[in-house]
Amino acid sequence: MSETRFISGDEAFAQGIRLARALVISAYPITPQTIVVERLAEMVEEGQLDSRFIHVESEHSAMMAAMGASAVGARTFTATSSQGLLYMAECLSYVSGGRFPIVMMNANRATALPWSIYGDHRDSLSLLDCGWIQIYVEDAQEALDMAVQAYALAEAEEIRLPVMVNLDGFILTHTYEPVDIPDQETIDAFLPGRDTWDRLDPENPVSMAVTVGPELNEEINILHHKASINALDTIKKVDDKYRKITGRGYGGALRTYLTEDADYILISLGSISGLIREEADRLRDEGIRAGAVSIRMMRPFPRDELIRVLKGARAVGVIDKDISFGYEGTVYTNVNSALMQGRSHIPTYDFVGGIGGRDISLADIEECFKDMMSGRPEESVKFIGTEVEDDIG
Amino acid sequence: MISDDEFFYGHKACGGCGGSLAVRIALKVLGERTLLTLPAGCMSAVSFNYPQMSYANNAIISAFAGTGAVMSGLKAGAEAMGLKDYHVLGIAGDGGTADIGIQALSGLIDRNDEGIYICYDNEAYMNTGIQKSGLTPFGATTTTTPAVPGGKGNIKPKKNLFEIVAAHGIAYAATASVGYIEDFAAKVKRASEVKGTSFIHVLAPCPTGWGIDTAETIEVAREVVDTGLWYLAEYYDGEYHLNRKPEEFKDVSHYIKRQGRFKHLNDEDINEIIRSRDKTWDRIAGFKQPGK
Amino acid sequence: MIKPSLEKKVKITALSQLPQGGSCRTGVLVEKNAGWRNKCPVFDSDKCIGCHQCYLYCPDGVISRKGKKIKIDYDFCKGCGICERICRVGAIHMEDEK
Repeated sequence: MSETRFISGDEAFAQGIRLARALVISAYPITPQTIVVERLAEMVEEGQLDSRFIHVESEHSAMMAAMGASAVGARTFTATSSQGLLYMAECLSYVSGGRFPIVMMNANRATALPWSIYGDHRDSLSLLDCGWIQIYVEDAQEALDMAVQAYALAEAEEIRLPVMVNLDGFILTHTYEPVDIPDQETIDAFLPGRDTWDRLDPENPVSMAVTVGPELNEEINILHHKASINALDTIKKVDDKYRKITGRGYGGALRTYLTEDADYILISLGSISGLIREEADRLRDEGIRAGAVSIRMMRPFPRDELIRVLKGARAVGVIDKDISFGYEGTVYTNVNSALMQGRSHIPTYDFVGGIGGRDISLADIEECFKDMMSGRPEESVKFIGTEVEDDIG
Repeated sequence: MISDDEFFYGHKACGGCGGSLAVRIALKVLGERTLLTLPAGCMSAVSFNYPQMSYANNAIISAFAGTGAVMSGLKAGAEAMGLKDYHVLGIAGDGGTADIGIQALSGLIDRNDEGIYICYDNEAYMNTGIQKSGLTPFGATTTTTPAVPGGKGNIKPKKNLFEIVAAHGIAYAATASVGYIEDFAAKVKRASEVKGTSFIHVLAPCPTGWGIDTAETIEVAREVVDTGLWYLAEYYDGEYHLNRKPEEFKDVSHYIKRQGRFKHLNDEDINEIIRSRDKTWDRIAGFKQPGK
Repeated sequence: MIKPSLEKKVKITALSQLPQGGSCRTGVLVEKNAGWRNKCPVFDSDKCIGCHQCYLYCPDGVISRKGKKIKIDYDFCKGCGICERICRVGAIHMEDEK
């Protein structure tokens, strides 16, 4: 029997990791990730979770210890945020290139300077190229469900790559919501223990994490790339199975809302997506055909699906809670690249907001839609939610 | 005590490499069920070039700073997977241990995770071309402490890694030299029997970086002990134990002058090295002394 | 006896021939080190007293114990000369590589 509890996103994620029976947990504390590791530590101490908790002395070591455990074949979990993610950045490509199916929760948080403990997406988006699968969730329920699904995805034979599941710092990690917690038998039926041939085994010694010279290095990276692409299809299969067993599912790499006949579609990642759907409903009441797309998986990037979904739109906007300084929001760059490959000439607009934890209001979202409808010439970036006049030219 | 098996073979280390001897002997003591991790550095660079894999046991490369952490992960993973009868071994150089890897090493010892950490100390970053590390001794010329005319090369003393490690209250720590390989092998064996973390700091000359002939590695590795510039000791049960106290120290200047990396040093520099050595021996007089 | 061994290097012509994960076969040698040698250890069996110090101190492990004597694997000997120096009875001497 499942039960419903009123818990935060961090706690929901910890519940998912418990249900997934992670055998090794290796983590270093950083706000706003801390609750997830505190809960897991409690579960281990109380005997609810048969797992080894490694008290590492840094995020770099958190990821290296996780790699060591995963290399022996253990299902392994870690969690971090912001500077912690950046501190372990070197290890991320080790882990993905070595094909270790570790799951990591990242509590999205601004990157210094200026210092901020609040959320935006610059931490994870700056590491889009590190070879991990990147998932963004919207609420605490999805956090729990994706903690479980992430292992099914990561460990799938055709993938065998690490998965980073992103939760908006504070907005999601610290907000309490009613969450349905499946029972252990249900999740066991969905996710058996990890069983892999690709591991250090005293009965059959191997070398792992090896050097490959220029003559074959590119080919090893091609294998990595192809494995990543496979996740576009596998995420749907995993979700179908999850829906059949738990009665709850999310679809694939995209969550679309009223896009079939939409003239104006606004794209986003993570927790802001619910508010965009709300605004789309409101605009529909006014007779404006608005729609919303939440990108649930940024890597691999669901290019073809996105092209299909956006095809009939008159304008497409992206809300980026990040900026690649000197250019534009990274989600926008990715969306535009897809549209270009789809031979699309739909005007696109980049709205950058929510930086450093700034709230994005319903009114801000309304402004975004209005801007798309105005037919103004596209600029690369429009900052939203600021009332401070730009008088420095 | 050691197996006829060769677990580290056909590698591309330079001829006469002291570090590769330490790795070879450690694996011969510990055997085929050893889970080995090495960071980026000489001993991984010479042995992991696909498809040429020179280890016969399980081995995995760690990020440069990550040896101690990977060891903890291997141990936790092995426990979780129910493995029996195995050793977790980490082998890193002086830079990988005393500089970039010291945080992960400290964490490993703090957690007291069972595993053997061996630092093969060739006294500089040799793999990248002989740059100064925290364990480069006073007076050595390196490519980042070049001995310009009238200069001394590296002016900093070697970090006291053994006692830094021991200060954690580690279960077992030892110093060794590849010049006395049976002593090293016995320490590896002893380390493997310890519950908790153990650490061995083994001095391992590098002919390429030290400016000696490839045939001289073992002689030089003995001479550094016999001159008192390196001491053989252990730490366990909360106490330091000196293993070997030469009746009389051999000639320091012979040790110094035979090495290209010290050739710029003058007699006064050598006297400074001797004074520094004597201070060390005054300090370690407090160790438990070897029985006669 | 466990020891990495020589095999023929396979030319990779298809992605499926590459390691499909993070691990690959270990103890696999496809190149010898013999070409590194300038000098070559020559063993005099009559002088050898079987102390096996050369075996113990060889950084490349190319000297194996054979009964009371030794055997040198010239495929992987780099000719460093440590064995000649370590031998107390002069049973190994280095000669210029031909």
